[in-house]
Amino acid sequence: MKLFPVLSRGLRALPLLMLGGCNTVVMHASGDIAVQQGKLILVATYLMLLIIVPVIALTILFAWRYRASNTKATYTPDWDHSTQLELVIWGAPLLIIIALGLVTWISTHTLDPYQPLRRLDAERDLPAGVQPLEVEVVALDWKWLFIYPEQGIATVNDLAAPVDRPIRFHITASTVMNSFYIPALAGQIYAMPGMQTTLSAVINKAGDYDGMSANYSGGGFSNMRFKFHGVDQAGFNAWVAQAKASPLALDRPAYLALEQPSKKVPVQRFGTVTEKLFDAVVNRCVDTSHMCMNQMMAIDEQGGMGRNDSVARPQVLVSDPSGEQNRLLTKPYVRADVCAPEKGGLRQAAAQQVAASHLPN
Amino acid sequence: MFAQSDLQTLLLGRLTLDAIPYHEPILVATFAMVALGGLTVFSLLTWFKLWGPLWTDWVTSIDHKKIGIMYIVLALVMLMRGFADAVMMRAQQAISFGDNAGFLPPHHYDQLFTVHGVIMIFFVAMPLVTGLMNFVVPLQIGARDVAFPFLNNFSFWMTAMGAMLVMASLFIGEFGKTGWLAYPPLSGIVASPDVGVDYYIWSLQIAGVGTLLSGVNLIATIVKMRAPGMTMMRMPIFTWTALCTNVLIVAAFPVLTAVLALLSMDRYLGTAFFSNDLGGNAMMYVNLIWIWGHPEVYILILPAFGVFSEIVSTFCSKRLFGYSSMVYATVVITILSYLVWLHHFFTMGSGASVNSFFGITTMIISIPTGAKIFNWLFTMYRGRIRFEVPMLWTIGFMITFVIGGMTGVLLAVPSADFVLHNSLFLIAHFHNVIIGGVVFGMFAGINYWFPKAFGYKLDEFWGKMSFWFWTIGFYVAFMPLYVLGLMGVTRRLSHFDDPSLQIWFQIAFVGALLIAVGIGSFVVQLAVSYVRREALRDVTGDPWGGRTLEWATSSPPPAYNFAFTPRVHDTDAWADMKASGYTRPLGGFVPIHMPKNTPAGFVIAAMSAVLGFALIWHMWLIAGLSFMTMMTTIIAHTFNYKRDFYIPAEDVTRTEDARTRLMTNA
Repeated sequence: MKLFPVLSRGLRALPLLMLGGCNTVVMHASGDIAVQQGKLILVATYLMLLIIVPVIALTILFAWRYRASNTKATYTPDWDHSTQLELVIWGAPLLIIIALGLVTWISTHTLDPYQPLRRLDAERDLPAGVQPLEVEVVALDWKWLFIYPEQGIATVNDLAAPVDRPIRFHITASTVMNSFYIPALAGQIYAMPGMQTTLSAVINKAGDYDGMSANYSGGGFSNMRFKFHGVDQAGFNAWVAQAKASPLALDRPAYLALEQPSKKVPVQRFGTVTEKLFDAVVNRCVDTSHMCMNQMMAIDEQGGMGRNDSVARPQVLVSDPSGEQNRLLTKPYVRADVCAPEKGGLRQAAAQQVAASHLPN
Repeated sequence: MFAQSDLQTLLLGRLTLDAIPYHEPILVATFAMVALGGLTVFSLLTWFKLWGPLWTDWVTSIDHKKIGIMYIVLALVMLMRGFADAVMMRAQQAISFGDNAGFLPPHHYDQLFTVHGVIMIFFVAMPLVTGLMNFVVPLQIGARDVAFPFLNNFSFWMTAMGAMLVMASLFIGEFGKTGWLAYPPLSGIVASPDVGVDYYIWSLQIAGVGTLLSGVNLIATIVKMRAPGMTMMRMPIFTWTALCTNVLIVAAFPVLTAVLALLSMDRYLGTAFFSNDLGGNAMMYVNLIWIWGHPEVYILILPAFGVFSEIVSTFCSKRLFGYSSMVYATVVITILSYLVWLHHFFTMGSGASVNSFFGITTMIISIPTGAKIFNWLFTMYRGRIRFEVPMLWTIGFMITFVIGGMTGVLLAVPSADFVLHNSLFLIAHFHNVIIGGVVFGMFAGINYWFPKAFGYKLDEFWGKMSFWFWTIGFYVAFMPLYVLGLMGVTRRLSHFDDPSLQIWFQIAFVGALLIAVGIGSFVVQLAVSYVRREALRDVTGDPWGGRTLEWATSSPPPAYNFAFTPRVHDTDAWADMKASGYTRPLGGFVPIHMPKNTPAGFVIAAMSAVLGFALIWHMWLIAGLSFMTMMTTIIAHTFNYKRDFYIPAEDVTRTEDARTRLMTNA
């Protein structure tokens, strides 16, 4: 059988196919995590080609050789079993899957987005004492908000990080699920309302890269894109200074106005950010008339606000207790509008303000 | 709910004239075409006085063969709709670059990709699979009908009514703009207050009842109604895959029903299962829908595997290699398909060990699947392969499917999935396995069993045209998407900025057009075959040299399938009968006990469609009335004691004598 020429030709053709011509960012990434993920794709592909190429070759070979018109070929109409062949049939894929399973287990643990980085790239370990750059990411309808707690700034649809400094993203969303994805930097992770995911990454090459939401989230989804700038430390300082210079402040009302749905949003910068805004976003209580989810869960953990429990705890229920507290005291459970975003409070005021000041897009 | 009580709200709920999209030219033109087509069909039926036969021979029929054919007709009609949606998406993506916004606004485009997925999975692939199983399984096991013939008719009409509701959303209101699985919170009442998601929920709930009951029915049929001598390990492989598929249906579809019920309670009653607030958690929905969704993938592909197994051994004129290994592979896939659902959302942020577990279980499924491929391969080895149309589809499948399988295992490596998830690579992968597996399998099956259903073969030239255009079209349409996925392009985008991507989308569009020619060729194949039916006629009932029992009876089979129930001594029962010199019995026929047609299934299903429509539009009065009518019909039907009759021995004799004359004259 002319198996080996076919096999080696397939192996040589594949990287050409994958790496040639077009700008395949997934296979040519600029951040160490994405580089390793790209390599993993190649390793897994090669492992599987060990079985895929022979199968395709044999299919074509058998189809040709045992065509009905070729009466010279052996014909065994009743041959339907061979223990040796069965062993190969089950054993060969099993061996490949064992190899691939090991690769999977190891790579999934080393590339776990929750783990802090252990190296800068293939050659360099992480220098001692380097703290990751913290970035808080909020997927809004339909734009991205990035908060830099260390620098005290925030931007919309514009992200930057110094080359070779680990970055730690904390990710959430305001209303619907999105996926935070910068192909050149690292694989994606979902951004979900009321929840926080984490992504560790590092950019190794300076450049402007594309970032996007990878998970469909509604009408403005197609333009929910941003630029990620990998820059040197000086460039990063300048980028931060540019944001610092902005007179805009991201306080709670400003966030609630920003949160309103909008499409094709240009870059915005905020010179100051309210303390712990991201926490409030994750706990869905930027609007201070709503109970924070962590508070609600803390109450539930202690047995909830059942009939016997309601008297002792209402003081922690709402950040802004005007008027609500007395009614809560008399109720055995939380009223829906304490927690629900649809009506009342700052959020609705912000919505009305935005509706009044903007033309519908 | 009952705040407004004026007459219009009471009768029409939230349905107003604004819901009719008369200002959208694409939809108006489509409506005109549908109306014209409908009018033509209506006139033809009236002119040729076919309403009566349509009602008595088809609509109310409980004959599994006719129901199977109706399923496939439904699927082919829906294929036209689903494919039209696909071409529009391809066209939009091919032109919508830079300043060009394309011809579809997001409002329309987002409905398109949602409805395309829903139609192709639920109303094309599912009815094709169910239709083939319905037609073939009772014949393959030597039974006269399914276990519950009335239920079978009812199941079909529920599926058809679900499809009808999806079609209604095109002209009355709109469909969901959420993607085909309608993840909350996007599908919740806050983000999607309009009727789109409600159309989604009720069409799937209604069709889901049909699918579930049809699953129960076929399991009972296969377990209880096999011909004497047909032990489990002598069942044809297609019957085996049908059994496993229906076990999957019965175990998985209730999860879909439940999760959609929870979503509808969130939307209708203000509960908070999947909401952002009040303790809801959308991740539960994503988990539940994929606990249904992943077995669903195998519900579609297993019967296709069964079809290929039958075709390979028939057209290689050889026993299937490794029958028992094939059976075990099928059963292992059935079980494992429940242990992999999380691989659809590795990126949700589960820990590394959880992700690895689901990644590895997914890879393990490729072992029995690989074993199946090898079994077909070694069935071809030392065979005498006849390259008729069904065999061409099978070879096309074997080559295409392993590529899709490879990219699938690639996506099962969690860290690789992080860069490929939600990208066009993923889109290319699942079209690679669904088109290369399910669609190829169903076309192979239709070409293979068409002579059994209608008594004449399908035209070979147009069949080959259809095969080549589909296959080449598939590669041209989807290989560019693999490349685009590696270029970091994600799915469901209606507009792009980067002009370097455009060429790939244009190539993909050409591929879609080639597939369109493939579909067109199939339609021509049906028409040409009908015209040439006398030349293509098969009087033997066994045009391919078949090996299983369905080829033992006439084509098309009589209402009772077999005059005498056959006895089985080997896996390939009919090949064994032929080899041991079987002769058809020519006399001594006895009366045959058969079930009677009934309109109850159609009426109940129609009422459930009215109920669904009323619930979508909040027409509470009509909803109540249709629900009551439905329940009354169900109760009334339980008092129908005249459900069976005997075909007199003289009629059986006459039918069998006619076949004898045909065979001797031929």
